Parts: sequence; C-alpha cells; structure tokens
Amino acid sequence: MDKQAIRERIKEREALIAQNFVLAEQEMTRLQQELQKEHQKVLYWEAKAKGAEKEHFNGLRLEIERQQKRLALPEQIVYQSTALRLAPKQTVVKNVVMAFLVGGTICLAGQVILNIFLQNGLAEKEAGAATSALLVFLGAFLTGLGYYDELGKVAGAGSIVPITGFANSIVSSAMEFKREGFVYGVGARLFTVAGPVIVYGTLVSILVGLIYFFINRANFTLL
Amino acid sequence: MAQKKMGKQTLQFSSAPVITSAAAVVGPKEGQGPLGDKYDMVCDDTYLGEKTWENAEQKMMQYSMELALEKRGLLPADLDFYLAGDLLNQIISANYTARFLNAPFLGLYGACSTMAEGLCLAGILLEGGFGERIGVSVSSHHDTAERQFRYPTELGAQRPMTAQWTVTGGGSCVLERIGTGVKLTHATIGKIKDMGVSNSNDLGSAMAPAALDTIKTHLEDLGRKVDDYDLIITGDLGIFGHTLLKELMQKEGYPVERLSDCGVLIYDPNQDTHSGGSGCGCSAVVLAAHLMEKLHKGEYQRIFFVGTGALLSPISVFQGETIPCIAHGVVLEAPSNE
Repeated sequence: MDKQAIRERIKEREALIAQNFVLAEQEMTRLQQELQKEHQKVLYWEAKAKGAEKEHFNGLRLEIERQQKRLALPEQIVYQSTALRLAPKQTVVKNVVMAFLVGGTICLAGQVILNIFLQNGLAEKEAGAATSALLVFLGAFLTGLGYYDELGKVAGAGSIVPITGFANSIVSSAMEFKREGFVYGVGARLFTVAGPVIVYGTLVSILVGLIYFFINRANFTLL
Repeated sequence: MAQKKMGKQTLQFSSAPVITSAAAVVGPKEGQGPLGDKYDMVCDDTYLGEKTWENAEQKMMQYSMELALEKRGLLPADLDFYLAGDLLNQIISANYTARFLNAPFLGLYGACSTMAEGLCLAGILLEGGFGERIGVSVSSHHDTAERQFRYPTELGAQRPMTAQWTVTGGGSCVLERIGTGVKLTHATIGKIKDMGVSNSNDLGSAMAPAALDTIKTHLEDLGRKVDDYDLIITGDLGIFGHTLLKELMQKEGYPVERLSDCGVLIYDPNQDTHSGGSGCGCSAVVLAAHLMEKLHKGEYQRIFFVGTGALLSPISVFQGETIPCIAHGVVLEAPSNE
C-alpha cells in the first residue's frame, strides 16, 4: 500500500460512506478496519517525514479521520432513535403544576412578610430589602437543616427560581466543600452553582440598563 | 501452592513473553530533551491540532499504539487485550483510545506506575495462555495534569524546587506470547507505602520509599543482587526523589551505581523543570524509546524497570490526606541471539 493507493481508496470510499445507511454490518466493519489500517500507515509515514512531506501526510490523515467519523455516525443515530423511543417519559405536567404551587407559595409567603413589614411602619424600599433578607435567611436555614433539597426534589424550578433558591445554591456549596477546607474548599468553590447566575445576571443588568438609557435619551431628543 | 510466585511478591514468567514493539510520541519540550532524537514522533505543539489538551493527550496515546502496531505490522484487531491508563479523572484518554482501537479493554490506574502495572498484567495474561498479543499504553500531558491536580495553566505561580514537570507524551508496547524481542521474565507487584508526605508538589520524596520497598522485596524474592542487573531504573522519582532513593539504598547496604531514574533522564537540567520529569508518560516514553533501544543493542542484558506511582487525588490533597505510593517492577532481558 502506498500513498497514491490510499488517496484513490479515499475517493472510492466517499461514495460508499455517502450511502452508509444501507450498508450491511459486515461491510461497515470492513470499512472501519480498512480506515484503521490506513490511518496507522499514514501516521507512521508522517512520523518519519519532515517539512512539506509531513504536511502532506498530515492532510491525508485528516481526510481518513473525517471518514472514520462519518462512518460511525449512522450506527449511532439508529441506536439513539431506539433509545429515545423507549426512554421513560418526563412527568412534565406534574412538574409544572408542582413548580407553580411551591413557587407560588414561596412568593405568597414573601408578600405576607412584606405586608407585615409595611404595616409595622417600614418604608416600601426598606420593607422590600428586609423581606429579601428574611427569605434568603429562611432558604439558607432550611438548607442547613437539610430540608431544602427535599423540597427541590418535588418542586423543581419552583424552589430554584425564587431568592430562596439562590440562598440554597450558595449554602449547599459552602456545606459541600467545607470538607476540603476553608481556602480551597469553601473559599474557592462557594459560587460553584451561583457563580454563573451572578456573572451573567450582572452582565444582563448592564445591557438592559444601557438599552433603557438609550431609549430614554431617544425619547428625550424626539420630544 | 502457587507455582509461579517466587517469595512474597514476585511472579515468574517461565514462558518469557516478549515486547515485540514499542513506540513513544512526545510533546515539544520532551523532543528538546536529551532523548529527543529517539522518539518515534515529536509533536510541534502541545495541542496536536485539537481544541483541548485532553483531546491532544488522547491522540498521543492513540498514535503511540498505532505506531507500535505498525512497526510490528499488526492491526488493532490483532490484539487480544488492550490495557491502558492515564492520569485524568476516570482515565478518559485510555477510554477514548480503546474506543478507537476497538479491542477488548481493561482500564488501569496506577498513576505514574501504570506502564509497569500494565506490563505486569500483560505478562500474567500471556503466561496464563489467555491471549497471543496484548497492547499496553499510557499517557500524560503537562497541561491536563496541571489543570486537574494543581492550578490553571496560565496562573503566575512559582513552582517549588521539589516540583516535577509532567511529561507530555504517550508510550505503548505490544507484547506477544511467542516472538523475538525484549523478554519479560519477572514482575514484582508493589505494596502501598505511605510515609506521611502530603505535599503534592513533592511527589519524589513521597514515592522513594515505595520504590525502595519493591526493589528490596524483588531482590530478596529472587535471591539476586543489585549487580545481577545492568540497570535498575525507577519511573519518575525525579532528581530529588532519586537522590533520596540512593541515600535509602546506601543505608540498607546496596550499591547505587546502577540506579537510574526516567524522570532524571528525560529532561536536560537547563530545561527549567526543577526536579525532573513525572507522569505516566515519563517512564513509558523512556522505556519505549531509550531502554528498548539499549536492550536491543545488547548494551543492557538485564534491567529492572520500576514504575513509581503517587496515588493521590486533588480532593485527597485538599482534605489533608497523605499520599499513598506504589511501585511495580518488571525484569526485562535483552533479546536472545538466535
């Protein structure tokens, strides 16, 4: 087998691979082994070659690797469709209802707390902040006692989305990684779950702020 | 009564399986080292055209196996078993390489002793008559190991003088029950030694006692002396660990002139690696490229190759655990002239 033969064989194989959905299993195996053999050979030449020659073999090898990937594909697709057909169904309706109920209850609790603060003479802004603080405390507290994960199992998004879920994500990380110490454990990994929320939350708030700013200015100049 | 076991931990392969082919693929830094022109393939960069270092490491392992097979004129389908391991979580380099080769696969983890562990197991399988041909591969990559075990690769941290440089490279051997090549006559399976070292930047001194234990047990098991070997070479103790091992051996009354270490041989002192090389790839590429050549030329008639592994994980380090270490040894003999 020399490089010219391999080059021609790659071309011939293109057609075969294009119709690989109808290829018999035996034929597939034969092609796979052939590709393996060629790959090995070209790699061996490439390792020995220098300069332009090496580039040349490298190109040839990449062609072979591309064909290898394409050949593996149909088998995977057929299998995955079978698996998909037999996969256990997600309980979407139940999940949505539970998320609504639990999430709604948490928000209702928040509203009740807010109203109590307002009635007791806090200004609206202060009452809002105090409510958030209390909810965060409750989320953290329940996490510490080991109840929040039980709630999350049933509620899904319902207990993740509210601010109590945010508290849960940080406290659970802190509890988990305390085992690796306060520096490399808690310190390094406190925001493992909440980190993306903070980073992209901040980023989006800046973007929205900018949009708001320019719309306001546009309105201003139009008027 | 076990018939093939000598003494406490040593196995005798009376059929003497042979390493018929070996290949090493390394990164640029290793290529610039003292053994640079002996490797089968030196890559231009540490990515090998891949998007991630993890993929690059896997390719190095795969290429080394393919080259070893090609040198012997074999195909992956000819392998009865494939034994491989690396340093990454869940030995992913080995898993993906085995996927490519499509051969019956047993994954190994012995940290940097994996090559020696693989050779021991291959010897057992071949001696037991369970197969004709076995492939053994290991790999490591400086950058994948750094990001898993230590810090982000671009972090401006100062490495202590005891730190070793993880070798970027993959090494593979093809072993056959019958054939001509370097003979595998004995294997000594090591025990865990933990002398209470917990500094992951000082693996050399953690592993030296394990190496000593295996070498001592081996010599006692077979009733041999150090002089029966042309070379006793440890895997990756590095410059500091090697010095320590020499000191320990001397204390026990052994001569140390024939002692060497792959981690010392692989880099030049001015390559700024501090204490030399480490990683699965270290002993594997030195074996495949350097030691095999010396055995084939007859410069060495018999060597004892001792892979040394520090079996730590990033989590165990952070939790303050000490480092359990192991060393497995295999006796390799020059091909007989027939």
